[in-house]
Amino acid sequence: MTSPLQRKLKISGPTVITANRLADGAVVWLANDGRWAETLTRANVVTTSEEALRLLDIAHGDEREAVGAYPAAVALAKDGTPQPATLREKIRSSGPTIAFQATA
Amino acid sequence: MYIHDEFDRTFLKERVAEFRDQVARRLSGELTEEEFKMLRLMNGVYLQLHAYMLRVCIPYGTLASKQLRALARVARRYDKGYGHFTTRQNIQFNWIKLAELPDAMAELAEVGIHGIQTSGNCIRNTTTDAFAGAAPDEIEDPRLYAEVIRQWSTLHPEFTYLPRKFKIAISAATHDRAAIRVHDVGLRLHKKDGRTGFEVMVGGGLGRTPYIGQTIREFLPKEDLLTYLEAILRTYNLGGRRDNIYKARIKILVHDLGAEAFGKLVEEEWAKIKDGALKLDEAGLAAIRAHFHTPDLPALPEKPAVLADALKDPAFARWHAQSVTAHKVPGHAIVTLSLKPVGGPPGDCTADQMDAIADLADAYSHGEVRVAHEQNLVFPHVRQQDLPALWGKLEALGVATPNVGLVTDIISCPGLDYCALANTRSIPIAQQITERFADPERIADIGLLHVNISGCINACGHHHVGHIGILGVEKKDQEFFQITLGGKGNAKARLGELIGPAIPETEVVDVVERLVDTYLSLRTGPGETFIAAVERLGVEPFKDSAYAPR
Amino acid sequence: MPLVKNGAPAADVYVRVADGDALPDAPVIVSADRLLAEAHALAARGGALGVAWPNDRDVAELVPHLPQLSLVALVFPKFRDGRAFSQARLLRERYGYTGELRATGNVLRDQLLMMVRSGFDALEVEKPADAAAFGKALASYSVFYQPTGDGRRPVAALRRARVAAEAAS
Repeated sequence: MTSPLQRKLKISGPTVITANRLADGAVVWLANDGRWAETLTRANVVTTSEEALRLLDIAHGDEREAVGAYPAAVALAKDGTPQPATLREKIRSSGPTIAFQATA
Repeated sequence: MYIHDEFDRTFLKERVAEFRDQVARRLSGELTEEEFKMLRLMNGVYLQLHAYMLRVCIPYGTLASKQLRALARVARRYDKGYGHFTTRQNIQFNWIKLAELPDAMAELAEVGIHGIQTSGNCIRNTTTDAFAGAAPDEIEDPRLYAEVIRQWSTLHPEFTYLPRKFKIAISAATHDRAAIRVHDVGLRLHKKDGRTGFEVMVGGGLGRTPYIGQTIREFLPKEDLLTYLEAILRTYNLGGRRDNIYKARIKILVHDLGAEAFGKLVEEEWAKIKDGALKLDEAGLAAIRAHFHTPDLPALPEKPAVLADALKDPAFARWHAQSVTAHKVPGHAIVTLSLKPVGGPPGDCTADQMDAIADLADAYSHGEVRVAHEQNLVFPHVRQQDLPALWGKLEALGVATPNVGLVTDIISCPGLDYCALANTRSIPIAQQITERFADPERIADIGLLHVNISGCINACGHHHVGHIGILGVEKKDQEFFQITLGGKGNAKARLGELIGPAIPETEVVDVVERLVDTYLSLRTGPGETFIAAVERLGVEPFKDSAYAPR
Repeated sequence: MPLVKNGAPAADVYVRVADGDALPDAPVIVSADRLLAEAHALAARGGALGVAWPNDRDVAELVPHLPQLSLVALVFPKFRDGRAFSQARLLRERYGYTGELRATGNVLRDQLLMMVRSGFDALEVEKPADAAAFGKALASYSVFYQPTGDGRRPVAALRRARVAAEAAS
């Protein structure tokens, strides 16, 4: 893997690291305790590229728990809780925008 | 339908055991994600936005009722109670857990179905006409050859790590219902001088670089099917680009070399293997044919009294006009079940619907169901006298919307609501269109019109070949859509023409309606379809009206 | 890297020699370029000679040299790059090569059976655990749908034999 110094990651605002959990594919976010959380509100929000890269390294080093980690921009609510900043991330955190037909 | 024997059953068990072991090795960390990804893909397992997705292969679109019930069980037990039928005659489950996948696969294997080679850079599920074996316009049942190809391509030791995916489609009818010109290889069964053989087309495909397949051989005797395919695949495996994923499909190789030069390479390779072990003979074909159970249908009176009576009911008559197609045996019919209800996601089917449809298939269609390329289901063998009763039951299930082939029979990919590759959503657009065009009389008056929606350039909704094509593009986190007109997916396949700049999501349904209104005002009469009008007039008048009020 | 040959762990007696380096008094593997450039000298040298043949070069070029070769090493730069599967079948089934055919590169457990089916009889397996599981990997399947040069009988032939047996009884 390329060393952090050689890589470039430019973030332009509050950012979290997100991935899918290996065993069931569920959407997860890297939390303050270095573990994967199931809610975005528990995610570790960073604001500098160095911090984001550091978290991404932690995430990529942990292929057993979660896969496909990447940085995602978030918006912060007044109380500081992160909210998804893009439609894609909104759908990832709250599910499809369409109603299920299923009865099960 | 094809009846598996002990060899097929043993193979499927071995495949499930192998995958179970691979999952265990992945979970234990023995396999890296990079290594595992290729293995899971070749079993139809994707990692999507919210969960793993399992794509289950329905070989040549033919399902036995017990197989459909098994799909319903898997939907309930391992998923959220529904599945999604795709344009490649497959079904997808959206919410499966990796750790539970081997068990789900073992259940499917019990009834002879699986996800093998529904993804990955290998030879995918061979697709064909959903009306195969029932259509009056076919010269032979193409599923025999689809099965021959399935067996040859299953875990082919040489062609499982190709430059990119490889899709084959076969048609044996005058009317191409399998979109063979937009596949890596398209095969058209036809007769020449009393012999049966194939026209072979290569290099078709949609995606970001759409091409219509080109014929490299007008007539290939049927005995030579596999040797010729082996020659094509070998030429591609050795010569296809591997440096750029977007240029790795065979269509790029064919385009770069020219179809004639590519065909020459294939012929040279073929000359060396054409009389080899893969050459088919009548005995070999007969052995595979013997595995197909085809119902013995007696000729019955055409248009029996009960049907003639029912046709006096306008609602039944509307459904009959769209959903019922002629069968090769008198007194029978092919019935299409619309999975495009007003306001529903195109191609979705709940577990309860699957079970009920399986029961109806047993009662009315010799236990057989087909999956159509247009994301609908088909009962291939229904007695005409049963149509009124069947209609009532299909209505009750919500699969008798009288819109087959009409503006609301939309082909759509899952889009950003599920798909990790999508740029925009596509299902909500489909829902809006079906709601705007909910009036069955109005859509019947509009007539034949294919609307196709893709949520990204990978074109899983085949927007290039929609009479109206809709492609999602994202701009600064806003959903925009490009509109193309005049595409066709049949034997005379043609790519649609872009009519102007992308429009915001909120305007798509209005633009579609204006295009339809323009057609209605310009057509020579109800006999001229939307696509015929576009071909006669060109896109200009449509372009003007689509953008005029802006 | 563990070598598995004809199904069993084996010592690698071959030495890979870089272009321009002197040839040791041992079985050697040289590059394709060197083989083609120094064909006569290499043949005159006697002793076991192998070549590492890249996956983007036509194996037909190798044909005149096959009688001198005791080993051909084909390469999988990434396990996903399957060109050497075709090359192996061509060498075995079309050109009649009978010497050691070795799979090198990113050789992993889940591709071993396909490599053997394509004609490889020696495999430089990347991970020791995969080499240890060689027997298990090969036993994953007992049913094969395609005829290749490996001698395993495909399903079609087995079905035909069964029909014939039934007819005879």
